[in-house]
Amino acid sequence: MTGLGITAHHLAVHFKDTRALDEVSIQIEPGSIHGLLGRNGSGKTTLLSTIAGLRRPTSGSLLVDGEDPFESERIMGEICLIREGGDVLTDEQIRINLKYFANVRRYWDADYAEELLEAFELSPRKRPDKLSRGQRSALGVVIGLASRAPVTFFDEVHLGMDAPSRYRFYDLLLADYVEHPRTIVLSSHLISEIEQLFATVTILDRGRVLIHDDAEELRSRGAALIGPASAVRDLVSGLHVLSTQSLGPTEKVTVFGGLDADLRHRARTADVEIGPVSMQDLFVHLTSGEER
Amino acid sequence: MFDGTEPIYIQIADQIRADIVSGRLNAGDQVMSTTQYATTYRINPATAAKAFAELVAEGVLYKQRGVGMFVAEGAPERLRSERREAFFTERLDPVLAEARLLGIQPADLLAYINNGGQK
Repeated sequence: MTGLGITAHHLAVHFKDTRALDEVSIQIEPGSIHGLLGRNGSGKTTLLSTIAGLRRPTSGSLLVDGEDPFESERIMGEICLIREGGDVLTDEQIRINLKYFANVRRYWDADYAEELLEAFELSPRKRPDKLSRGQRSALGVVIGLASRAPVTFFDEVHLGMDAPSRYRFYDLLLADYVEHPRTIVLSSHLISEIEQLFATVTILDRGRVLIHDDAEELRSRGAALIGPASAVRDLVSGLHVLSTQSLGPTEKVTVFGGLDADLRHRARTADVEIGPVSMQDLFVHLTSGEER
Repeated sequence: MFDGTEPIYIQIADQIRADIVSGRLNAGDQVMSTTQYATTYRINPATAAKAFAELVAEGVLYKQRGVGMFVAEGAPERLRSERREAFFTERLDPVLAEARLLGIQPADLLAYINNGGQK
């Protein structure tokens, strides 16, 4: 098992009066870790549930392992979508819930599920409705990992967890991904902790694809120029400026679109430093109000 | 960790080269596996694999099937001699330019060097 590929072409999902997704064309390679980034309401969950076969697209095409996932028994059995709420039987003990998943999930690993419960300090006798938000998220992680589905979506699950649990999640995810490679999509708007896990990234903005790129490629497109204000302003004229910060005589300008060798050389001679921009910063600048 | 402008895989490769040059890794030593590297630094395993592939292609590391990856014979010397060549243009030139700017005389620099790095 190495995971399934996902291809969307001009995919649209419209509700009564909203275009939840429009013109979405993306490709997720089988067996890769993909970051699906977007602000609240940008369409991340709609996209994931559509890929998981739970929604019928309004138009466009969508293929998972070459097949339309909508209500396809085969594809739906290969995909595990974990949402923050957890999709569990809230008034049944965790162990009953896990038994249920053991029956419906083809690749379920019961021993691994037990290990994961221990790692997150979850008692199998507890009921999900008695758990804190963070513990509920951890239970979602347990189900998502132990399902070992060829396509696994974690839809903002790590947001409710505290920092130690989040790091435990990243470590367990990576270790299991290495042992059992599969297609994994992590959706979030908080990405600084996880950006280095992604091979590829999609940024959704109001239902449309703003960026769909290799993670390294995206990182390399952002740059921050810091130096004497006039020199910095000269250098960035004509570039796609994302933000400007004035610090007295010094200015810091964040640009998007890559810098050529000539500009780098001119920056050096003008005493302007060029620094990296985190994916989180790029994301915030690209999807914030001013850019719209 | 890994916050420079360079792609992460280049930063990883540079770090391993630096470990070899400094003697933290010697010829014949086993290096961390891609998996260990990815899980230790919380990065995508494919990114780590790319760095290792580059070092293998350069002949700095070699792969022993089923066992792991090791520092190649002669790699420390070769890396050091490459660095020696780059030292004057990449390291010393900027220092000399700065010294000129500050009005530090070549004689002062020489005295400092001859004194083993003390004024």
